[in-house]
Amino acid sequence: MAQNFGSKRIVVGAHYGLRDWLSQRVTAAVMALFTLAVIVQILLPGEMGYDKWAGIFSQQWMKVLTFVVIVSLLYHVWVGMRDVWMDYVKPVGIRLALQVFTIVWLVGCAGWAIQVLWRL
Amino acid sequence: MSETLKPRPTHRNIHISQIVKYRLPPAGIVSILHRVSGVGMFLLMPFIIWMFDTSVTSEISYSQFTSVFTGGLGILPGWVFKLIALGLTWAFLHHFIAGVRHLWMDMTHAVTKEFGHSSALATLGLSLLLTALLGSKLFF
Repeated sequence: MAQNFGSKRIVVGAHYGLRDWLSQRVTAAVMALFTLAVIVQILLPGEMGYDKWAGIFSQQWMKVLTFVVIVSLLYHVWVGMRDVWMDYVKPVGIRLALQVFTIVWLVGCAGWAIQVLWRL
Repeated sequence: MSETLKPRPTHRNIHISQIVKYRLPPAGIVSILHRVSGVGMFLLMPFIIWMFDTSVTSEISYSQFTSVFTGGLGILPGWVFKLIALGLTWAFLHHFIAGVRHLWMDMTHAVTKEFGHSSALATLGLSLLLTALLGSKLFF
């Protein structure tokens, strides 16, 4: 075998996306559980209004779960949007710009959502 | 070294001009709508967080949240926001059900041609039905 390190290294044989595929499914399962937790609490008796709605998210366990969901969503959407750009956008420069936009957009959104959650 | 660099097969997407003529099976429709709904929710994420922010922060902001859907905001009437919410409802339901279908197939290896077809039709029908039910609560 010829030299396969340094500048001559053949860049193949990474993890082939298994980690991203798996994390997208794990984060999806977390978000599905969160959805069910919210739906069950909406359906509990009591008139829907500010007190009931904000009360759902002000419990400590829901704050923790919502935080985990925000971070899960961040990674889930990153994998998904990156797949979309990789499939449809071939020029490297435009693809990189869209990926940078995606990261900035998602981190900004996650920060805002966590800020809302924090002050409840 | 040469065997690791053998040419790999390339698979091209269909050209954009072929999309209208290209007849997709139900599973293909579910698949592309999974992407469309995901990208849509990604782009509308600030609106979703705005709804979360105003609806939970205080009673005053909660009434601002509801008044946008009844009275509108600026030059935009309330029904525009209801329509956006309806679109988001469908996007979430379709993405959720199509995602559960994926997870089910991954876990059970239920990947027969028949199951792919029938579960795709169920995904399309169920997401539209639930959207109609929740939409009727939103508009009436």
